Amino acid sequence: MSAKAASVRDVVLESGIVVKPVYGPADVADIDYARDIGEPGQFPFTRGIHPLMYRARPWTMRQYAGFGTPRETNERFKFLIANGQNALNVAFDLPTQMGLDSDDPRAEGEVGRVGMAVDTLADMEEAFEGIPLDRISTSLTINAVAAPIMAMYFVVAEKQGVPLSDVRGTAQNDILKEYIGRGAWIFPVEPAIRLIGDTVEFCARHVPKYYPISVCGYHIRESGATPVQEIAYAFAIACAYIDHVVARGVSADDFVPRLSFNFDIHGNLFEQVAKFRAARRLWARLIRDRYGATDPDAMKMKMLAGGGGGGLTVEEPENNIVRGAYYALISALSGTQTMALCCYDEAYTIPSEKASLISLRTMQILAEEMGLCDTVDPLAGSYYVERLTTDMEKLIVAEMARVEEWGGIVRAVSEGLIQRIVAQQAYAYEKALQRGEIVKVGVNKYRATPPSPTTSEEGGRRGEGREVQLHEYRPDQAEAQMRRTAQIRAQRDGEAVSRALEALKRAAQGRENLMPYFLNAVRAYATLGEMTAVLKAVFGEFKEPVGL
Amino acid sequence: MSTKRIRILIAKPGLDGHDRGAKVVAQALREAGMEVIYTGLHQTPEQVVEAALQEDVDIVGLSIMSGAHLPLTARVVNGLRQAGLSDVAVVVGGVIPERDREKLLELGAAAVFPTGSRFEDIVAFIEGIHHER
Repeated sequence: MSAKAASVRDVVLESGIVVKPVYGPADVADIDYARDIGEPGQFPFTRGIHPLMYRARPWTMRQYAGFGTPRETNERFKFLIANGQNALNVAFDLPTQMGLDSDDPRAEGEVGRVGMAVDTLADMEEAFEGIPLDRISTSLTINAVAAPIMAMYFVVAEKQGVPLSDVRGTAQNDILKEYIGRGAWIFPVEPAIRLIGDTVEFCARHVPKYYPISVCGYHIRESGATPVQEIAYAFAIACAYIDHVVARGVSADDFVPRLSFNFDIHGNLFEQVAKFRAARRLWARLIRDRYGATDPDAMKMKMLAGGGGGGLTVEEPENNIVRGAYYALISALSGTQTMALCCYDEAYTIPSEKASLISLRTMQILAEEMGLCDTVDPLAGSYYVERLTTDMEKLIVAEMARVEEWGGIVRAVSEGLIQRIVAQQAYAYEKALQRGEIVKVGVNKYRATPPSPTTSEEGGRRGEGREVQLHEYRPDQAEAQMRRTAQIRAQRDGEAVSRALEALKRAAQGRENLMPYFLNAVRAYATLGEMTAVLKAVFGEFKEPVGL
Repeated sequence: MSTKRIRILIAKPGLDGHDRGAKVVAQALREAGMEVIYTGLHQTPEQVVEAALQEDVDIVGLSIMSGAHLPLTARVVNGLRQAGLSDVAVVVGGVIPERDREKLLELGAAAVFPTGSRFEDIVAFIEGIHHER
């Protein structure tokens, strides 16, 4: 062995896989094409869920947007649609995510800050004014109060004259991951899962084109999970929802085809691609073998992948444009259905229109200039990628088995076990980063001297051209939102609201599906805060296990 | 100069639920020998003040990612003063634009450690103000 070959450094992926310098036919000898890989669009869907993938239709481009008032959000939506975006992704402000009205004292300073404020149906009507809900597919990034917000969306469709059977879209509606990362939970775990079950059951019967849950590995990974844990915990969570709905007597074939996933991309390119190919294969086998599903559509893992916020840096923010382009490349090489990228300025602020457009253009350039749509799963057959795919699948299966040993994902989350694991890993990662063991260009290696200025004001002071423009919070818009909601409360039929809320309360105390009760309350212009208060009185609130 | 272990409350005021940073810094401070109490999510400023009082802490560390750091910090600082805890230093971390650093210091924060701050700097600052007392 030459001195040079002997001195190559060890490479270990985040998932613990040791990477060899060279892969060859011997590394894939145990992998059978028909059994483990298969044709695109056929079981086990390793190569993709459609026979022609992007050759037939490129991925959906769905940037996350929404801020201030519903009127402003509506304007940004129309801007994105005019620039070629073909689906929407709504950001809600924190009071909305937490089921508080804009004039609630706990909402002070937060109204319209990180997303759109929604108090009543009137806000959703305004946000989607001129946007046909049967043609533009909208994703609602809402979890704890997904059921009442979905009810508002469905009533908007009703008012647009769109039958429920034609309504398209997705709700995030994944509460279990909120307890692990992101933190927008309200109710205890069991009633929170019941609410999800209500939406899934309702959609299976009445809104068949709607995707009622997008299970998020994304936030779990962003909280400190490895790529293997990201998939393993997301699948365990998806299975918890499926078990719950199957126990209601709905067959897996009737709703599993409408479950989708939201995954993260940052880190090693090949590890991510292998992660997604492994996940598709494993999901197909899991749904067929564990739930006895027979509809191939139920076995197809549909995903949104992009983001990668955790991989972006505060330092030299323009580098994030480059990182975003690579994440988009990974996403396309992984056979995603929908792509959404984090904007380069997200570490500072609500993305500017310019930053949002750059993300959209990144995806369009990839699709239309770089040949990513020409042929399906172009990395298939690579000795390295196929080996990694198979190894990742084994690791995910092992991690899912660990979750079972802990008593299942619901228990592991309720008791804070997963939260502790990811927090400890996040700390270990941060230490490695600060010691320079993990390289971040422009952060702990090749640092600019002097460090680049970071915001427009600072840059302005130094007389340099700056790229990050800070989003201005508008207290006047928050005031306007509060006035509007007060006006709606004054104008609506108060008795109808009380009756609808009382009916919701009685139904919540029993076991009925709550969706029809939310729809009635929404039609009467009950506020989100009022509906949430009813549920809190019946369900109580989650007690966070805060041990570190 | 004080020689007892530093007690610090790491708090998440407001509605934001992103706690990776808070938990990471809490672990770093604990490893540096401090006694760390973590409040958990969704605390009102009043609840943070109450916890500081109950836990008898020397320092309160606020982690805020939503952009609402100015009103939330003001309410915690004023609440501590009203509770007779004006000697409890408030340190702010999270997504804090450079232009707001001065404003937070004017509101009464002792220091600001935005995303990307090094553990050694945070630890050194907290040990520094503690030993001055």
